[in-house]
Amino acid sequence: MKLLRDVGMGSREMVSGAGYTVNLLLRTILALRYLPRRIRFTLDMAYAAGVRALPVTAIVALFAGMILALQTGIELRKLGQSEMIGTVTAISMCREMGPFMTAIILAAMVGSAMAAEIGTMTVSEEVTALDVMSVDSTNYLVLPRVIALTVMCPVLTVFSNLIGIVGGGMVADNHLGVSQHYFWLTVRESLLATDTLFPKDVYVGLFKAIVFGCTIAIVSCSAGLRADGGALGVGKAVQRAVMISVILVIILGYIITWFFYFLVH
Amino acid sequence: MIELHDVHKQLGDREILRGLTLTVPKGKNYVIMGRSGIGKSVTLKHVIGIFQPDRGKVVVDGVDMATVTPVDLRELRKRMGYLFQNGALLNWLTVAENVALPLREHTKMSRSEIGDRVMKVLELVGMDHAAGNYPARISGGMKLRAGMARALITEPEYVLYDEPNAGLDPIMSDQIHNLIVEVRDRLGVTGLVVTHSRACAFTVGDIIGVVDDGKILEEGTVAEMQKSEHELVHQFIGGGAD
Ligand SMILES: Nc1ncnc2c1ncn2[C@@H]1O[C@H](COP(=O)(O)OP(=O)(O)OP(=O)(O)O)[C@@H](O)[C@H]1O
Ligand SMILES: [Mg+2]
Repeated sequence: MKLLRDVGMGSREMVSGAGYTVNLLLRTILALRYLPRRIRFTLDMAYAAGVRALPVTAIVALFAGMILALQTGIELRKLGQSEMIGTVTAISMCREMGPFMTAIILAAMVGSAMAAEIGTMTVSEEVTALDVMSVDSTNYLVLPRVIALTVMCPVLTVFSNLIGIVGGGMVADNHLGVSQHYFWLTVRESLLATDTLFPKDVYVGLFKAIVFGCTIAIVSCSAGLRADGGALGVGKAVQRAVMISVILVIILGYIITWFFYFLVH
Repeated sequence: MIELHDVHKQLGDREILRGLTLTVPKGKNYVIMGRSGIGKSVTLKHVIGIFQPDRGKVVVDGVDMATVTPVDLRELRKRMGYLFQNGALLNWLTVAENVALPLREHTKMSRSEIGDRVMKVLELVGMDHAAGNYPARISGGMKLRAGMARALITEPEYVLYDEPNAGLDPIMSDQIHNLIVEVRDRLGVTGLVVTHSRACAFTVGDIIGVVDDGKILEEGTVAEMQKSEHELVHQFIGGGAD
């Protein structure tokens, strides 16, 4: 009985939380007209997020690219198709791995910090104080953070795509007998040799990154704003922010891939 | 004028306010005293519309807080100041920036005008020397005084003070009490003051009300309250200052 009740309570909380988060997103969009006033703060936030996430993103991307090349390389070698490695690495990094990894790192490093920051403000009545001063916390606190991550996530994604492909190239050269020169030739070909200005794999990946960045920021701010019960509540808010961000990143990643490659061609 | 009429409020599983009624006439200070945890801060939060009563009525400056539109509430709040019990300063802004915030957000004053005004108000609360410090680096009493400066910077018509002298030394307390009296006399501010200190109540209070069990147990002027028969009132007000 207790288990049933707890599960019931939990799912009710989730529904109301989702409602709050969607509402917050809409209010943030309405608050976009205040962006010029918050631009300094937004740039500060974006810079801080970028600097904080950059080293980890670099390491993870490098090894992810290497693993990717190694794994697919084993299979490709069996089929005698090792020279395909550049194409495969470039496309999977740009379309799937780059945005996904960057988003997970941002959720863990920047989203969690946002939830902690805003959660602390909420439990120490600072958010209420803003309210009382008629300063709208959506445009003062949430908007700069959302814009910062929405911009920073694709930027970091481009960076991690590049590092990942470099990692793949190193593996190709050392273990698969594909020269750096040939590797980069196939990479260029796969990413650029299309009749469109922007190759689809790149722009789908960047579109994902934009959606992920926005999602992580909104989810984290929402968790922070709903924190209650002192320092313990802040801890819970951080946990919830990271958990929901990761889940949404996976689900949205799937939906976006499906949309662009199966629904529209 | 601030009017609370028969306000009931349940928080969690406890009914904190159970028919609280009080009136603060224009230009007067009403002092609320009462045991810790009895609902004094909750009462102030009703006045500024953070909480809505379950039953009863809260009317500020003729505006019923139950039916006020969000736009009108914002306008009303711009004419009100609120000193939070812990100061509630934003931790990534300096003391001066915290105090400047309401002016930056709501007025078209220039940077230097705002700066001058901020320094003047910080001087009034004895915080001008700490203007550039961050809240994490100053003491509780200093946070409180910075919060006080922020509440007064817009020259509000109504100010709610939640324990304005908590954690202050006697000299600083006196300075703050005098400031509260001064803004009432000079600017005609209507004040609602929560305090545990007799000195504060005696200096700033035009009317003193003692809260117990979610209601005003007794209210009156200092002289009236000192003659009260109630044991609790006596414990709060009886005897000399502090
Ligand atoms: N947001 C809230 N949710 C649930 N309960 C609350 C909330 N705010 C206050 N309470 C409860 O209401 C009661 C009164 O709180 P309040 O802060 O008004 O006390 P107080 O009279 O100001 O005490 P003190 O003199 O210690 O400041 C407390 O028991 C508190 O636990
Ligand atoms: Mg209190």
